[in-house]
Amino acid sequence: MNSFTYTRAEAVEAAVREKSASDQVKFIAGGTNLLDLMKENIERPTRLIDINHLPLTQIEASPEGGLRLGALATNADTAWHPEVEKRYPLLSQAILAGASPQLRNMATNGGNLFQRTRCYYFYDLATPCNKREPGSGCSAIGGYNRILGILGTSESCIATHPSDMCVALAALAATVRVTGQNGERVVKFEDFHRLPGDTPQFDNTLQPDEIVTAIDLPAEDFSRNFSYLKLRDRTSYAFALVSVAAALQLDGNTIREGRLALGGVAHKPWRDQEAENMLRGQPATEDTFRRVAAKVVENARGYSHNTFKIELAKRAIVRALKQATEGQPVTEAFQNSNP
Amino acid sequence: MPETFTTSSGAAANASLPPTRAVKLRINGVEKQLQLAPWTTLLDALREYLDLTGTKKGCDHGQCGACTVLVDGKRINSCLTLAVMKEGADITTIEGLGTEDNLSPLQQAFVDHDAFQCGYCTPGQICSAQGLLNEGKAKTAAEIRELMSGNLCRCGAYSNILSAVQEVLDNQKA
Repeated sequence: MNSFTYTRAEAVEAAVREKSASDQVKFIAGGTNLLDLMKENIERPTRLIDINHLPLTQIEASPEGGLRLGALATNADTAWHPEVEKRYPLLSQAILAGASPQLRNMATNGGNLFQRTRCYYFYDLATPCNKREPGSGCSAIGGYNRILGILGTSESCIATHPSDMCVALAALAATVRVTGQNGERVVKFEDFHRLPGDTPQFDNTLQPDEIVTAIDLPAEDFSRNFSYLKLRDRTSYAFALVSVAAALQLDGNTIREGRLALGGVAHKPWRDQEAENMLRGQPATEDTFRRVAAKVVENARGYSHNTFKIELAKRAIVRALKQATEGQPVTEAFQNSNP
Repeated sequence: MPETFTTSSGAAANASLPPTRAVKLRINGVEKQLQLAPWTTLLDALREYLDLTGTKKGCDHGQCGACTVLVDGKRINSCLTLAVMKEGADITTIEGLGTEDNLSPLQQAFVDHDAFQCGYCTPGQICSAQGLLNEGKAKTAAEIRELMSGNLCRCGAYSNILSAVQEVLDNQKA
């Protein structure tokens, strides 16, 4: 770890002002990703601003009738919060499918959005990586890329976003509340993260002086028919090869509204609204789900080791939508415990 | 004369480092006053500055769980937090759970069930299991397995670790 100075922010405005002084200044909340990257010498901030004392830990009703998740509420407190469990069980499931209990006790909701990719080459300082060192090249495209992206990739980068929580937030059409020196703004979840293009060093669309203060969940009810299906090399404590957040509102067997987002396949949580449109008004049958799944991977591209993900994603979408329809949303890890 | 590393250049380098700061930590109920560089992790503060070497450094990257401690009753990886960030918190390490003459129920269960081989992961396993009990979410064996997945055991004592945790959980319910 490099040397750095440490300060503690007591107010959002002060934190924003201090951060804007230099792009070498970083906020630290849970620290689970940032400190790891600092130990690897990938992140080398000159100053850390500890934001843990900002008043952003609440989980409370939003003015729009939804739920507002404070940026500093931990992932564990969010997943186990009675209102989240009751109204947004898809989000609870996705959070609990990620990391370990210890990490979820530390990691915050805001921080979860800023997780950096787990691409091996991003972590390996001995190899070129456009995300870590712009212009140096991508080692993953011709390298060992089994875990990497198949959708929205570019010639510069095929990294994936590692979060489970964010996949559910994308499907639930959450919004992100952000404060900068110019005041507050609200960012749609699909506009928060970005595709790599030729500037993969930028994971998201936030300005350097901005801070996430809360995540808003809309009032819409997807608490009955939903599933977070996470496929990985072992059934606990591993990143997704492919994950699917599926949520349906059903009138009998007809889909009134459908939501679909994928993890482990792209530089951002991959919500496909065209595919969602194809669900609307259709019968909740395997036939419908297959057509929708084919649409989602229509423009997918496999690289040398990850082509299997295209078929895996298709099958996972069909299975997640079936589980959602049947009201059997079990994740892998808890399957044995639900007889 | 060839260039060598000299004490003066070393001193110059040190002079450019940010200053250490006073950090007050409450560990196992006792207030400790330390003078730490900001990049000192809670794990390093415990082991290197307080001689609380029960907490182990395994991977130092939040993957193995050997460094698990309880902060305000919740289990965390002490390798992925800075000591200075934990001022004002109540930190419990394996040394604070029981004593040699008065083992905690989990410590006793780990002995009774032979829930270790080399023992290196054990303090982290026990602190993690204590966190699991505090959370009150795990009810079944499958749920204990899932909620203990942040603690690796290179010796593979998992089945006995599960029995030990299950016994204490069942005794709590009884």
